[in-house]
Amino acid sequence: MPEIKVTPLGAGQDVGRSCILVSIAGKNVMLDCGMHMGYNDDRRFPDFSYITQNGRLTDFLDCVIISHFHLDHCGALPYFSEMVGYDGPIYMTHPTKAICPILLEDYRKITVDKKGETNFFTSQMIKDCMKKVVAVHLHQTVQVDEELEIKAYYAGHVLGAAMFQIKVGCESVAYTGDYNMTPDRHLGAAWIDKCRPDLLITESTYATTIRDSKRCRERDFLKKVHETVERGGKVLIPVFALGRAQELCILLETFWERMNLKAPIYFSTGLTEKANHYYKLFITWTNQKIRKTFVQRNMFEFKHIKAFDRAFADNPGPMVVFATPGMLHAGQSLQIFRKWAGNEKNMVIMPGYCVQGTVGHKILSGQRKLEMEGRQILEVKMQVEYMSFSAHADAKGIMQLIRQAEPRNVLLVHGEAKKMEFLKQKIEQEFHVNCYMPANGETTTIFTNPSIPVDISLGLLKRETAIGLLPDAKKPKLMHGTLIMKDNSFRLVSPEQALKELGLAEHQLRFTCRVHIQDPRKEHETVLRVYNHLKGQVFPFFFYPPRNGLELIILR
Amino acid sequence: MKLRYCLSGHPTLPCNVLKFKSTTIMLDCGLDMTSTLNFLPMPLVQSPRLSKLPGWVLKDGSTFLDKELKECSGHVFVDSVPEFCLPETELLDLSTVDVILISNYHCMMALPYITEYTGFTGTVYATEPTVQIGRLLMEELVNSIERVPKAQSASMWKNKEVQRLLPAPLKDAVEVSMWRKCYTMPEVNAALSKIQLVGYSQKIELFGAVQVTPLSSGYALGSSNWIIQSHYEKVSYVSGSSLLTTHPQPMDQASLKNSDVLILTGLTQIPTANPDGMVGEFCSNLAMTVRNGGNVLVPCYPSGVIYDLLECLYQYIDSAGLSNVPFYFISPVANSSLEFSQIFAEWLCHNKQTKVYLPEPPFPHAELIQTNKLKHYPSIHGDFSNDFKQPCVVFTGHPSLRFGDVVHFMELWGKSSLNTVIFTEPDFSYLDALAPYQPLAMKCVYCPIDTRLNFIQVSKLLKEVQPLHVVCPEQYTQPPPTQSHRTDLMIDCQPPPMSYRRAEVLTLPYKRRYEKIEIMPELADSLVPLEIKPGISLATVSAVLHTKDNKHVLQLPPKPPQPPASKKRKRVSDDVPECKPLKPLLSGSIPVDQFVQTLEKHGFSDVKVEDTAKGHIVLLQEAETLIQIEEDSTHIICDNDEPLRVKLRDLVLKFLQKF
Repeated sequence: MPEIKVTPLGAGQDVGRSCILVSIAGKNVMLDCGMHMGYNDDRRFPDFSYITQNGRLTDFLDCVIISHFHLDHCGALPYFSEMVGYDGPIYMTHPTKAICPILLEDYRKITVDKKGETNFFTSQMIKDCMKKVVAVHLHQTVQVDEELEIKAYYAGHVLGAAMFQIKVGCESVAYTGDYNMTPDRHLGAAWIDKCRPDLLITESTYATTIRDSKRCRERDFLKKVHETVERGGKVLIPVFALGRAQELCILLETFWERMNLKAPIYFSTGLTEKANHYYKLFITWTNQKIRKTFVQRNMFEFKHIKAFDRAFADNPGPMVVFATPGMLHAGQSLQIFRKWAGNEKNMVIMPGYCVQGTVGHKILSGQRKLEMEGRQILEVKMQVEYMSFSAHADAKGIMQLIRQAEPRNVLLVHGEAKKMEFLKQKIEQEFHVNCYMPANGETTTIFTNPSIPVDISLGLLKRETAIGLLPDAKKPKLMHGTLIMKDNSFRLVSPEQALKELGLAEHQLRFTCRVHIQDPRKEHETVLRVYNHLKGQVFPFFFYPPRNGLELIILR
Repeated sequence: MKLRYCLSGHPTLPCNVLKFKSTTIMLDCGLDMTSTLNFLPMPLVQSPRLSKLPGWVLKDGSTFLDKELKECSGHVFVDSVPEFCLPETELLDLSTVDVILISNYHCMMALPYITEYTGFTGTVYATEPTVQIGRLLMEELVNSIERVPKAQSASMWKNKEVQRLLPAPLKDAVEVSMWRKCYTMPEVNAALSKIQLVGYSQKIELFGAVQVTPLSSGYALGSSNWIIQSHYEKVSYVSGSSLLTTHPQPMDQASLKNSDVLILTGLTQIPTANPDGMVGEFCSNLAMTVRNGGNVLVPCYPSGVIYDLLECLYQYIDSAGLSNVPFYFISPVANSSLEFSQIFAEWLCHNKQTKVYLPEPPFPHAELIQTNKLKHYPSIHGDFSNDFKQPCVVFTGHPSLRFGDVVHFMELWGKSSLNTVIFTEPDFSYLDALAPYQPLAMKCVYCPIDTRLNFIQVSKLLKEVQPLHVVCPEQYTQPPPTQSHRTDLMIDCQPPPMSYRRAEVLTLPYKRRYEKIEIMPELADSLVPLEIKPGISLATVSAVLHTKDNKHVLQLPPKPPQPPASKKRKRVSDDVPECKPLKPLLSGSIPVDQFVQTLEKHGFSDVKVEDTAKGHIVLLQEAETLIQIEEDSTHIICDNDEPLRVKLRDLVLKFLQKF
């Protein structure tokens, strides 16, 4: 029986290092190729030796699909394509293709230049890797080869984020990447059509959370920032350069304008200008409102938000700083954090999810004494706030997406095992479909039962559907035909046509029998009576009027 | 069999309707605006010259038309709000149109007339740039007509009897009674709200019966050709395509292969002009005029070729010493057009896409604006009148010179031979456009830039994609009327193309014989294939046919119902299909000797065989039964013995194949 096999190399009962292998109808597709922010050793990249021990990856994989530019979804790509070696096509959307190399370069710099690691991918490798990328449009059906086709849907998680449908014949898998089912200040909501995939692979970051309304969270956020600034404190908001940062900037910008606030807002790294420029050029990927008004006022041109300089961190007085990266695991955000952590007037707001092992994760789980590099202990006195602005679907959103796509099976990735367990039960209860949650390296096999497409002769089909037009049309009808199988082609034709095509003659089988009837009536009336009696009985095929006087010919 | 209704006679502004597998698909709805050339221009400020034009007087001296018709330099013009020639609306009931496919923003200008007044309830499909820029074109059109209120609406001249008496070209204008005034913005918005956005290579299912797909056509931002196909037939609709490298994504030719029918419209209107040469001429004429202290007027649409012209000028102005000359782009949608052009990275050619990845604006006009070399204004009123410096270059619409800000500049600059008007848009004859401004002192330069396919490219394309049949407007099947010796300026292919003209219905020469049906896996498992000839197997299929959304599925018939306990045989549950008992076809012939042996084996001891002319008669004496065996028939004559009949039947069937 045909089957679909799924093996997560990363993101199986875990967040980070997203990398999922899918085998469908003889085609092998790799979904995402991410790094893990919680590790600095071999575990940060997926174990590609799992795919093939000695063959070339290119021979084994038909294509690689990247859902969006976050490093936990694309961070291992140059390593995979240039260092392990893969020359096949890599698909991603245009904004992802534009932004991904910048984040990769950023990541490389932090790892190589700051941490001094060697044996890491180089800038040239990032460039060579990006040459293998084929950009796709939303909803475009991309024919990877004769049989394999992929199609991207809007996912709303970050600029250019997409969900992908992978289809071979009538078997299909849909992969959500990370997605968001509620429109936010700069992006729209994820959407997929009722594509009824055999399998839906969905992220489950917020498998158990049902988030309150966005407005409340925004008010909360603004209140906290405002209070801290009022009492002269400094606010650190660790973000990734693209994505949440822009949403929060829009939020603060409008708030500062309305409240006429004077405290400076800074955005760290030179990426800001550039990042905002991407949003301006890819404005068609933002939400409806921004798209409609961009000619009059481009939302990504900020008046109150200025570029940050390292020296500003020691300035007295209140300020708000957006700094990268978002999980406080390295770079500028960590530097500022170390400077400000000792003062209880200050505040750090974590607007997104932090993976295990990062400083962000540690302070969020309540740790107040951190061991930094060189055994130094950092005491955290500043306030630590967590505010979920990550644009992931919550439990309600995940259920909504499943309802939209109507999959036959669901597979959960990109989440924590415990939470997945809960969601899995809920999905199985509500939709009566199987739900899987394989760990990394564990293979899930799903059996599909595809129907067989054949060609039916229009004559036969029309004859059958014409019957269907009769008053009793709704009632199912039995149809008869002959299936001709020749050189891998299947054609369903009427038996008469099949005989004709094969040059065979029909053989007539007739029965004749004499029946004696004693009846005083006239010949004709008798015949009529017999006819009427037989009509609607077991003999459907007989001729009337009788051909030779009293003789009835009945054919069976 | 497919029918095609041709609703527009204009080869580059097509409007066709295709009936294909019970769906009705309109291909483009172009608006023929050449009709406006018969009208007087609409000046933005009172023009003494135009208002003093004499009324037209008939040969017999009667003056009853002098209010409606004015004469200017030997030409007669209608003094009224300009009107457009709509696509044919009577040829078929347009409320039956299921979908409209738009190929580029120039070919959707009649949309409000179709979607708002015909009972149309379907969906329109177009790409995002097509819709956004199409909206800008419509906005500009509505704006430039509505801002000049004209009290008079002439109708007397349209009377058939009167029209006969008029001079050409008014006399020969077609369907003048059908000409309509411009639509309004609410109508535009209503029409555009019926559009569903699509991307290149997106497969769109129509009612499960037909699949349509837009393909990049290389002509304009978001311009598309369309594939309309079922499992067995493929119609390609090629409209406004270009193989030149300008700003849009290149044309997708490969996907047009294997078409049964290829409908070819929107070829270049100036087959003898080379666009590259024209751009060069444009630049040199522009530079010469400005150097001599004159102004340059470029009547143009607010989007399209103007982007390419600005890019050329961007590279050219410094070397030509024009860096201090102001360039003005005046249109109510100038700003929007310039902004929109920068955000459609995905629809641009490779070079421009790479720029966006940097990230830099794909078009250099961003820099022209930043450095104040190019300025844009919504109209000549307001800021423009303060900033206006001469000599300068003005890009503005409308290319017909009948409405829009261009009318003002024609009046302003027409009297001086220092100035030049350069025509780049190919849609209107420049001589006709200039007619109501004659006599003119200003220089007129004609550099039409039409990047659409020329006939050499077409014949190469057709060789490449090899459609079975080509369908095209009749204009493409003969040389242009003015160049009747140029037999190279027509479509040359085998078999010769089928041509159409306005208001014609065409039957396309293709008949489908098969349809896709799906056999459910359970049913497939139950089939018993029989090899009839080497490599050919047959299986009889008895199944329940389900048809939903034009998709057909064959399922295993449900198990026969329990024999009813009572005698009410007719009450069967609804789920059970009406079982028309299976009467398989039989084939083969019965070898008499073996048949007799079999009979004997089954206990018939007194079998007698007689030869007849066509076969044999087998007699079972004791059973008083006669079996006539011929090549293709068997006749069993047997009285009143059902078990015997069944037994004989089964024995006969052993020798035959069932279908």
